[in-house]
Amino acid sequence: MNFTAYSALVRRDLHLFFQDKRALTMSFAAPILIGSFFGYLFGNAGGGPASKIQVAVIDRDNSAVSRRLIGALAADPALAVTPHGYTEAESGVRAGKITVAAVVPPGFADAAGRAFLRGEGKPEIQLLYDPSHGAEMAMVRGILTQHVMEVVSGEVFGGASSPKLVADAMRDVGASRDMNPADRQALLDILRTVGAWDRRVSANPAGNAAGRGLTLPYTVKEEAVTARKGTRYNSMAHSFAGMSVQFILFMGIDAGLIVLTQRRSGMWKRLQAAPISRWTVIGSRATSAAITAMIILVVVFGFARVVWGVKIEGSVPGFVAVCAAFSVMTATFGLLVAVLGKTPEGARGISILVTLILVMLGGSWVPAFLFPQWLQQVSFLIPTRWAVDGLDGTIWRGFTAQAAMAPTVALLGFAALFAGIAVWRFKWEA
Amino acid sequence: MLEVESLHKRYGDLVAVHDVSFTAHPGEMVGLLGPNGAGKTTTVGMIAGLLPPDGGQVRIGGGLVCSETDPVKRRMGLVPQELALHDELSARDNLALFGALYRLSGADLRASIDRNLDLVGLADRAKDRAAHFSGGMKRRLNLAAALLHDPDILLLDEPTVGVDPQSRNAIFANLEELKRRGKTLVYTTHYMEEAERLCDRIIIIDHGRVIANDTLDAVRRLVPNVNLLQLEIENPGEGEWFAAVRTLPGVDAADMENHTLRVRLDNLLDASPRVFGWLRDNGYRCSHIASQRADLETVFLTLTGRSVRNA
Repeated sequence: MNFTAYSALVRRDLHLFFQDKRALTMSFAAPILIGSFFGYLFGNAGGGPASKIQVAVIDRDNSAVSRRLIGALAADPALAVTPHGYTEAESGVRAGKITVAAVVPPGFADAAGRAFLRGEGKPEIQLLYDPSHGAEMAMVRGILTQHVMEVVSGEVFGGASSPKLVADAMRDVGASRDMNPADRQALLDILRTVGAWDRRVSANPAGNAAGRGLTLPYTVKEEAVTARKGTRYNSMAHSFAGMSVQFILFMGIDAGLIVLTQRRSGMWKRLQAAPISRWTVIGSRATSAAITAMIILVVVFGFARVVWGVKIEGSVPGFVAVCAAFSVMTATFGLLVAVLGKTPEGARGISILVTLILVMLGGSWVPAFLFPQWLQQVSFLIPTRWAVDGLDGTIWRGFTAQAAMAPTVALLGFAALFAGIAVWRFKWEA
Repeated sequence: MLEVESLHKRYGDLVAVHDVSFTAHPGEMVGLLGPNGAGKTTTVGMIAGLLPPDGGQVRIGGGLVCSETDPVKRRMGLVPQELALHDELSARDNLALFGALYRLSGADLRASIDRNLDLVGLADRAKDRAAHFSGGMKRRLNLAAALLHDPDILLLDEPTVGVDPQSRNAIFANLEELKRRGKTLVYTTHYMEEAERLCDRIIIIDHGRVIANDTLDAVRRLVPNVNLLQLEIENPGEGEWFAAVRTLPGVDAADMENHTLRVRLDNLLDASPRVFGWLRDNGYRCSHIASQRADLETVFLTLTGRSVRNA
């Protein structure tokens, strides 16, 4: 091996890379900007309040119960509730300005009270929703269920219409002939007790029990499980890992395309004419690409550390090992582009497409756990999945050095595969 | 010394180079002459080790190039037809890279860079990026890059393509200096005048075959004498008065175009005085007299039936 030539070629590649403003923008600025944007969007990095779901309410019942329901919805911290007319609300949803519109039907209070005790004649609350916000629709449905149960049960147990509702229910139950006598008697006893509760509340309207309905029988304590107890999850960690992987692969493509460009130029002839081996040429190319990838990772995660407070909560040697393995994998991916591509123009398009698919399936854009189960399994056949998981794991999941071995070895395996194909298909003659 | 023996190269059904053999000695410049696509670049490619020949061999100083890293390759320098430079690097950095390919480093590399920048007249532009160079300056730097390791043999593949006359002359001067230093130069071109000016020996290639291989004078002798006299007549007058010239002894043909009378003679020395005398005796005044010799263009035309530029 001619190390003088080898090191000169590596230095040349690095020199040219760092003089190329487009390459610098794509490799450093793009992952930092896009990673910051996604991290801010999906996480808590800003520290500000989460945006509320825009909900329109059309009150066609206009009863005390419906007004209490709307008040409860408006007080919910997850919702931004505004009263609307039906047509206005519908066009707002269609335009994407309103996420969900809830239509409280006429006679809602009476029907809901009766249905609460007898389970029949349930009123229908119509929900108009933006189909592109399926997740928010599910949230609104859950919140609405909670508040309807609280308001309606409050009305049934001590509300103004409670005596009538209880009396009607007792009459209907007493007249029922298809009910087991013992069950009927038990249900009538319950209704009598409810009636007694109503009278007690009516006698003391300012008491603690007045207007209280059913409430959720539990509270929730949420705790993010990160590398260590008390360590907050930083959404920038995943977004920076994903974007680094994507843009470093783009750098790898460029490294391969440079080889294709050189093959068409006198530069390749000069290299061939010199007393150096083909392995010196492609080895130096791979080395410079790997070094460049490592530099990008250091700069991008350095930025994430300084500006967004992203720390390596797991094993630092493990993180370095994953970075190094991914850098080597990127370098061999670039060689693959150089070897399999026929022209720079043709290879650019197809390799960018392949890269985008790799980063998409690797979980760079959205975490892989959102994929269907089968796709999650398939994605383990893709190197980017190991890269993103390895970086995620060592940064915030608290991977030990031992745990980081799996992604490291997997990435090196892919690197060996790519390098093998590159060596097999490499043609020295231009 | 460079010895090329029976080189053969085929691409599918196309025979690009067929049985090309020649030798080039120290201090000699050999011109590979032929139209585009004749097989010159393929021949140079095989000599330089860029292409494996299908047949034949190349010896450099008696040694065969046996592998990509064979030290014999150090004895040869290649100036490719395309500019092989990094525009983003300075002239010095470009040369430092190409010197390193031949294991040059440290003081030796610096000295070689200085020497060759000086040779090609770019010493004062050493720190400038190649992107800021004119086409001619880039060509000169391209030449310097092939000289860093002081090769015995220099292969130049159309090194003056797209170069202005001033830079072309500068490159010619560089090559003549290298020849004086005892380098062996193989120069491919389709510019006839370049080969005539620079080369000691001419190898004419057409359709991959050598159709002439000799000194410039010997190659010229391959075609019949073209003893052509051209005279600028100040007062030519009307009609075909020059038909009378055709009747003079030793005159094969005479034609007039504008004010130029072209007379083909069987012997320049014997017949020319008769033409001059006839013109003087008949009152014609002559402002310029020239004779034309057989040039390479004519040789190529004679040997192939085609003009080199139309081939």
